Parts: sequence; C-alpha cells; structure tokens
Amino acid sequence: MPFAERRWGLRHDGSGLLTHWRAYLLLLPVTGIIGLLFGGGLVMAFLQSIGAIGLLGSGQISLTAYQTALANPEFLRSLTLSVYIAIVATGLSTVFSIGLAILLRTAGRWASFACQVTLPIPHLVGIVGVLLLLSPSGLISRWLYMLGGIQSDQDFPLLVNDTANIGVLLHFLWKEIPFMTLILLAVLRGINPAYEMQARALGASPWQCFWHVTLPMMKSGIFSSSLIVFGYIFASFEVPFLLGSTRPRTLPVLIYRAFTDSDLTRRPEAIALGIILSALSMLIVVAYSWLVSRNYQSMSRV
Amino acid sequence: MLKNTLIVLVIVVLFLPLLPLLVWSFSQGWFFPQFIPEQWTFQHWIQVFSPASRVMEGLVQSLAIALTTTMLSLLVGLPAGRAIGLMEFPGKAALKLFLLTPIIVSPLATLMGMQFVLIRLGLNGTLFAVVLVHLMPTIPYMTLVLASVFANFDMGYEIQARSLGASPLQVLSQVTLPLIAPGVVVGALFAFLISWNEFLLTFFVSAGRVFTLPMVLFTLLQGGNNGLTAAVAITSVVPGLLFLLLASNALQNETTLAGLGNV
Repeated sequence: MPFAERRWGLRHDGSGLLTHWRAYLLLLPVTGIIGLLFGGGLVMAFLQSIGAIGLLGSGQISLTAYQTALANPEFLRSLTLSVYIAIVATGLSTVFSIGLAILLRTAGRWASFACQVTLPIPHLVGIVGVLLLLSPSGLISRWLYMLGGIQSDQDFPLLVNDTANIGVLLHFLWKEIPFMTLILLAVLRGINPAYEMQARALGASPWQCFWHVTLPMMKSGIFSSSLIVFGYIFASFEVPFLLGSTRPRTLPVLIYRAFTDSDLTRRPEAIALGIILSALSMLIVVAYSWLVSRNYQSMSRV
Repeated sequence: MLKNTLIVLVIVVLFLPLLPLLVWSFSQGWFFPQFIPEQWTFQHWIQVFSPASRVMEGLVQSLAIALTTTMLSLLVGLPAGRAIGLMEFPGKAALKLFLLTPIIVSPLATLMGMQFVLIRLGLNGTLFAVVLVHLMPTIPYMTLVLASVFANFDMGYEIQARSLGASPLQVLSQVTLPLIAPGVVVGALFAFLISWNEFLLTFFVSAGRVFTLPMVLFTLLQGGNNGLTAAVAITSVVPGLLFLLLASNALQNETTLAGLGNV
C-alpha cells in the first residue's frame, strides 16, 4: 500500500476532511461506550471521594478521604508490594516469553499450539491449581515426601500466602508467558527473515544476530505486550487475594477490603484509594507512550 | 533436539497445575502424604450437575453473558477497527492510548462509581449491568485485533466488487467479512475469554443476584471442599478450550495478533 495514501488518508475519495469525518463516525460507538462507562464511572467515583455525592456525602466538598487514605500506614507498604509483584512478574515473563517465542518460531505447529492450550484457562482455575500443587500438603510436597526429601508437610517451604509472594509470582508467570509468547510469536512471524540471513552471511554470531538484528525488530512488540501485562498484574485482585501474603496486602486487595468493610464510613477512603490507584496506572500509560515516542524519535534520527 | 526437549519441558510445566485438579475431582479424602487417593468417587461430579450446587446455573449465566458481550463488542468493534486499520486521521495515536486505558488502568475506582449509578437506576444485579461492565475490557481487545487485520486488508477487493454491481450489503457479507474472518474469530475468542474469566467486574455489579461461574469458584475457594472446587474448576475450562480449538487456525494467522504487539 503506498505510504502517502495511508499516511494522509487519501484512500477513499481524496477529500481529506470527508475521510476524517467518516473515521470519527466509525469510531463513535467505541469511544462513546468506553468514555461513558469507564470515564463516567471514574467521574462518579471521584465525586463520591470528595463527598459531593454518596451515602454519607453531606454535599460539602472535602479532601478528608484522601488524607485518611494517605495517612494509613498500610498504603505505602501495599503500594510497594504491588509495584514489586508487577515489576518482577512482568520482567521475568518478558524474558521467558522472548526466549520461548524464538524457540517456537522454528518449531512445528504442534509446539506453538500446545503452548496456547493453557491460554483460555481462567485465573481462578490457575489459582486452584497452584494451591493444590504448591501448598504444604500439595502434590509437589507429596512427591518430595515419597522421594524422602521431606519428613512431614512442615518441612515443605511455604510457597502460597507467603511473605515473598512466590505463589503469586509463579501464577502470573504461568498465566502471562503463554499470552506474551503468542503476541511475540506473531510479531516474529511478521519479520522479514532476510535481515537475519544477511547478518549471518556477513559473519555475525547467532548471539550477535539475535541481539543486534532480531531483538530490535521485536522492540515495539515487547514494549506493548509488557505494558498490557504490567497493567493487568498491577490491577489484579483475585490472585494476590487468594495466593498472596496476608500482610502486607497489594493495593487492589487493600481497596477491596476497605470497600467491603462492614464499617460504611470507610467507603470514601476506599474510593479515594481506588482513584489514587487509577491515577498511578494512568501515569504508567503516559510514561510508556513517552518512552515509545522518544524511542521512535531516536530511531528516525539514526 | 535440545530445542524440542526445552519445548516439551515448558509444555509439561504449563500443564502441571491441571494434574492435581484432575486427581482431586475424583478423590474422596486425599490426605497428606498419600501419593494417590485411597478412595475414588464420582460424588463431586454428581454434585457439579445437581441443581443444589448452582454450578450449572452459573455456567448458563456465564455463557449468556460472555456470548452477548462478544456479539456487542464485535458490533461496535468492526467499524472502529476499520477506521483505525484503514484510515489516517488526526488524534489516532491518542485514540489508541484511550482504548488501552480500560485494559491497563485498574477498574476498581470506575466500578465503585458505576455501582453508585447502577443502584440508583435500579439496574444493579441485572444481567444487563454485568454485560455493560464486561464491555469495558472486551471492546479494546476486539477493536485492536480487528484494526490489525484491517491494516492488511486491500480495499481494492471491495471497489472491484462494487464496480461489478454488488450492493454494499453483498460486499460486506461476501467480500469484506470473509477476508477479515480470522480477525473476527480471534477478536471474538479474546472477548469471550475475558468475559468468561471475569470476577471483579461481575462482583461489583451483581449484588449477589447474578451468579457466574467465576463467582461460584471464588466462593468455593474460600470453603474447604477441594474435590468439588477442582471439579468446578475443570468444568469452567471446557467452554474456553472448545472455543480455542475452533479458533486455532485463525490464531496461527499472525496479522490477527500483530496489532496487540503494536499499541
């Protein structure tokens, strides 16, 4: 497709403005629904958090809920834990997914299909599986007992509801690696192999070829998929709630607990925490797009 | 050789968490350190199918919600995907970022706001409300997948069909849709799976009245019946797995997924 046609939207009838109107019209249902539901929900939550509306809202605007939320000593610990889990799980998933995608690229279809089979398994099912596999009386503990590695279930290291959140991290790796690999494999298959063949023909080692040729071409795929995975893990509730440490708790678990507290006066605080969490996630998206645009600028300078 | 060994190892690890599920679902009191259960039973599976456990009720509700959500996402995702994939317009980059928001930003605050409105509209606890909140994550995925397929779509086919006398409706059903079919299948797969898996969104607007399969599983997980929990867990894998098998050909088509790698 000629670049100029795509770039300037000259494909239909040549009239730029008319084409734009058509594009915006086609996008209206999607932007309308997302804006109304997601944006509207956020606005209503914000209005509740400052006391403008709501159960206990006196109509008097105040920032008390935010003060209470930020003064809660658990807030910082929860935030740290959430960031730790999201960074470690996303980082490890990214590295393993790049490796797996490279492996699967030249393997048969059976292999990529087998790696996709666990993709539709719900998170809650994975949680049950991880619990029954890794808990002190789980399957692996039984195997170790049979092999004589441990004398009782007390000897098995705590891997679920543990302070290091190993169970949470393992669950996310198990769930997100196939997802990221699927995307990266699609990216790899779209890459023209001629560049790599050329590099190899010119004497690059397999490692040099991977590092200087393949990886740079996968860059945007790696950025996008790790952003999606990071956002998902940072916001995830069920996994840390059921597999994670009881203290400290991740930010979404802390918010859920405050919101479902029988003490209704904690609601504004829960909503304020929710708004803070949303603001933090949005910062991540903005930082990401800044990073990507800077990256493209440096590429075009070369 | 080394490569295949590695791949097989990865596949074994991926399937490992399913092994205890299968054993537990047929076991009666499987105590530590027994390697395999002393007694086997079909009791958990009988319970899954009995109305008292509400598992089948949850399955039907989940299925209805997921299918409705998928159809609605497709309906609005098709025009949007076409616009993003085929047209250039000011603000396109910002729009893609906007579409990513519901996938990346935590929905907790939004849900609290929506719950407030839905209660006042008397819609809290209805299937309609659940479908509405499920649309937030499904529409972006559907749109991005379809946009990716449309970016590789040659409009020449449509122009040709029109010039040969086909009506716009004929062009859509006989030219456009067959050409973008892999994207429709993959987008629908993602939308279905997201809705099928969703717990948090459903929890906030269900008011305890809409009882989807993840809600059943979440409740069971906090009890202590490992056998029944495992049986329900296996049950909730089946529909997604069937859909994946149906979509496996389309998933091999790299144009359907490349869009998620370029947001």
